[in-house]
Amino acid sequence: MSGLTRTEVAHVAKLARLRLSDEELDLFTVQLARILDHAADMQSLDLADVIATAHPYDLINVVREDVVRPSLARDAVLAAAPDAEDGCFAVPRIMGEAP
Amino acid sequence: MNAITMAEGVRAGELSATTLAQESLEAIRARNDELNVFLHIDEDGAMAAAARVDDAVARGADPGRLAGVPIALKDNLCQVGVPTTCSSRILEGWRPPYSATVVDRLLGAGAVPMGKTNLDEFAMGSSTETSAFGPTRNPLDPTRVPGGSSGGSAAAVAAAMTPLALGSDTGGSIRQPAALCGIVGVKPTYGLVSRYGLIAFASSLDQIGPFAANVADAALLLEVIAGHDPMDSTSLPEPSPNLVSHLDDGVAGQRIGLVRELIDGADAEIVDAVERAAAVLAAAGATIVELSIPELRLGLSAYYLIAPAEASSNLARYDGVRYGLRVDADDVAAMNEATRTAGFGAEVKRRIMLGTYALSAGYYDAYYGQALKVRTQMRDAFRRAYEDVDLLLGATTPSVAFTFGSKTNDPMAMYLSDVFTIPTNLAGEAALSVPFGRGEADLPIGVQLLGPGRSEARLFAAATVLEDAERGS
Amino acid sequence: MTLPAGWEMVVGLEVHTELRTATKMFCGCANAFGAEANTNVCPVCLGLPGSLPVLNKQAVSMAMAIGMALHATIAPSTFHRKNYFYPDMPKDFQISQYDLPINSGGYLDLPDGSRVSIERAHLEEDTGKSTHLGVSGRIHGAERSLVDYNRSGVPLVEIVSGPDIRSAAQARLYASELRAVLIATGASDGRMEEGSMRIDANVSVRRSGDPFGTRCEIKNLNSLRSLHRAIEFEAERQVALIEGGGVVRQETRHWDETVGATSTMRVKEEAEDYRYFREPDLVDLAPDADWQRSVAESLGPMPAERRAAMVALLGQASDAQRDAIDVVIDLGLERYVHATAAAGGDVAIAVARVANELAAAGDVSKLMEDAFVATVAMESRGQLSATQSKAVLADLLATGGDPVAVAAAKGFEQLSDDSLGDIVATLIAAHPDEWARFCAGDDKLAQFFIGLVMRETRGRANGKAVIAELHARR
Ligand SMILES: [Zn+2]
Repeated sequence: MSGLTRTEVAHVAKLARLRLSDEELDLFTVQLARILDHAADMQSLDLADVIATAHPYDLINVVREDVVRPSLARDAVLAAAPDAEDGCFAVPRIMGEAP
Repeated sequence: MNAITMAEGVRAGELSATTLAQESLEAIRARNDELNVFLHIDEDGAMAAAARVDDAVARGADPGRLAGVPIALKDNLCQVGVPTTCSSRILEGWRPPYSATVVDRLLGAGAVPMGKTNLDEFAMGSSTETSAFGPTRNPLDPTRVPGGSSGGSAAAVAAAMTPLALGSDTGGSIRQPAALCGIVGVKPTYGLVSRYGLIAFASSLDQIGPFAANVADAALLLEVIAGHDPMDSTSLPEPSPNLVSHLDDGVAGQRIGLVRELIDGADAEIVDAVERAAAVLAAAGATIVELSIPELRLGLSAYYLIAPAEASSNLARYDGVRYGLRVDADDVAAMNEATRTAGFGAEVKRRIMLGTYALSAGYYDAYYGQALKVRTQMRDAFRRAYEDVDLLLGATTPSVAFTFGSKTNDPMAMYLSDVFTIPTNLAGEAALSVPFGRGEADLPIGVQLLGPGRSEARLFAAATVLEDAERGS
Repeated sequence: MTLPAGWEMVVGLEVHTELRTATKMFCGCANAFGAEANTNVCPVCLGLPGSLPVLNKQAVSMAMAIGMALHATIAPSTFHRKNYFYPDMPKDFQISQYDLPINSGGYLDLPDGSRVSIERAHLEEDTGKSTHLGVSGRIHGAERSLVDYNRSGVPLVEIVSGPDIRSAAQARLYASELRAVLIATGASDGRMEEGSMRIDANVSVRRSGDPFGTRCEIKNLNSLRSLHRAIEFEAERQVALIEGGGVVRQETRHWDETVGATSTMRVKEEAEDYRYFREPDLVDLAPDADWQRSVAESLGPMPAERRAAMVALLGQASDAQRDAIDVVIDLGLERYVHATAAAGGDVAIAVARVANELAAAGDVSKLMEDAFVATVAMESRGQLSATQSKAVLADLLATGGDPVAVAAAKGFEQLSDDSLGDIVATLIAAHPDEWARFCAGDDKLAQFFIGLVMRETRGRANGKAVIAELHARR
């Protein structure tokens, strides 16, 4: 059993910027625990010496030349913004500096 | 009419692209209310594209290999100025200021994009039931799902609204709906088709691929969209492969592995279809080898950690700042939270939660890290198998198309419908589903052919053998 | 200012430097400071759905150049995603290097003879910028913020030092030497005032011989002066706290330049869980020997070596001259000084003119080396006064040309010795009291007579020649 707790699920929701109702919290705790339990077949394997694969293929050094390409028109960019002002994207007040 | 015939007719000046586009629009309108295939019908764009093709033909210019062929685009592919939603409230109304590489290549080849098709929200699902804009119905039996996540694109072809469609396949999202709708669906080798402009679900697994009513059309469409793209760092550094010219290569002399893990747990009628397919391939000169690849059993577990982990990060950007939905709040963090809470559906939230958990401090090694190692094992197991055989054969799905609501209350039951398709994505290899036989309620069955990376030509040739056998029967 | 006896501070610095590439790290938008908001943006650096990053080759070359200049080891590396929500970060994750950075190990030797170890120097992308609307213009109390993504995706290298620094002065020296090295590699312009180089300082204190204490991180120090003051304040704060029976809490602190104090920004328990994982949209980076060699070959000598060469030309250097040499090297304008030395000219004058007039001009492309050498020669021979020499250089910098012709066009032809003698004689006669005091040994009055001569000749006289004339007549 994964032993996933309601408190952990609430913490994860906060990290993911999602607000869950009490019912959703209960439901997700049960459902996520079930999915994690299914992964138990994998966790019992001893894979200490196996290299992790993050990419299907071993491509390396994919780079582009340092040549300027046209940027987007600002009007087109800001047209999609929920709120814009003075050529910028506008947001409600920011609490706290970036980490 | 198939796509190749249409393109030939248009190129020869015998068919009008404009007429074909109008006919496609009529077919779409005739059943779209009933089936909910298209979320957006781009009539103006389609008629303009068709007119450009007709004009090129009139001027004697080359109108392209897909001249005048109507095509449906899964609504997670960006097309400049055309609403793109991923079937999510959070992107409702967004019009991308740029086009996906595949869309540019389609237009360059003279294809006529008709609009955007329904999918499970952010491609997370196997039935289109998680779409925020309602499910798509299976054209062969509207009480059943078309499969997913590319259910709308599969249904567009199955309902003959368009001869071609594009989908994306992260864990089976092209092959599974192709099987359930009785058409051909291809998950190409990872990196063969550019992902630039495909709205990401799980970046290391996602791959765009074709839907068509027949193998040859699918091969032609894949040739048009494949090939290196400098805008995608994971794009294979090679030109598009020759597929159409190898369609009739047959399977004589090939060794094809019938994989126990790719039929175990499937309904009897499905197993039966796969075994009949093996017999057809053997009759065509292939040697059938029964084999077992036990590592494939771990695919589902690894997939349901890796895909949500990547998704949790890919979907962070939907925060109400730059585009899409915003739900106002006093400060920016509260606004992000309110927006995401209102904008995402339950399945998307579930996977974001799962992925966030799998990556979080203290759990990374046990879940995500372990899943990446299982992925290595799976890739190695496939490679070992391909030292002995040229292709693998199995089922695409455990059952034929299921009815609405039958798996929505149990996420794990829904995830299990991808059990045969997921391993290919984890290994980055190629596979396709081709209709072969019918099952319960005369619904189509798809069998799956799998090959190593860059084996598309061989896969299409084998699929042609099965298709020919089906037509003959 | 020093800590109480028995205490020492332990400081490590994290320096972020923007790279001077033409384009951003993962897209073709211009990497330019000061453009109109949101004009250098595209699907990639705005994080639009479906967009994908492609690595800028030049950013990698510059990162390697920095690593080589710091004697680091260049190794195969990978990119990770650092996940956290912030409105100036369009994807809500930052692409950075994590467990496998491009450069690891290394050191920087400081002019005072000390050596600071370098742990790593890795590539990452910059964020956009927010401005805060409201009474204060600061983040606190703002009602709304505006976000500009022009800086989003600009390539950065983060250089992390070992915890080897033991004083605020040494920290400042390290930052200033590192800045000179970064400029010398061509990877950075070192402009702290434009934010292209930013420093975070990790500060802890301990009683000498004890293990390391709990550290605090001071974020975003954007001048050498702030760095010095902030570290000094923070170390003293920590010592006072511990001596008062308190305990230092691991936290991130903010330096307020006007108040002259650090304050808590975030305590460690609130720290984010960044959920680092491999960036699946980018492949591994493993620059081969050829690529590394081409970068190595493009690297010139580093500042310490160049500084020593310049001091050798001067024979010995005053503090002011050492400062001037630093400016010459920062701007990479040594060729003018070397050309002067090669022509047997006055190196001291050359250093002063380059560090002042050429530095102020910014663009020196129109000033030919031989024209500069000739101007210095005219000044050292007394054919031009210092003021006239600066005026000639200003012209040459603006439009180029030949200094003799420029001097002539400005009427800077020196008076002949005869006519200067006549003028001096006349002025002595007109001011007998002052002349008597000068003759009595009051040398300050030389300035009085020089002023009179200059007024009379409208600046065409040479000060040294006037003094010689005065002394000859005393
Ligand atoms: Zn850009």
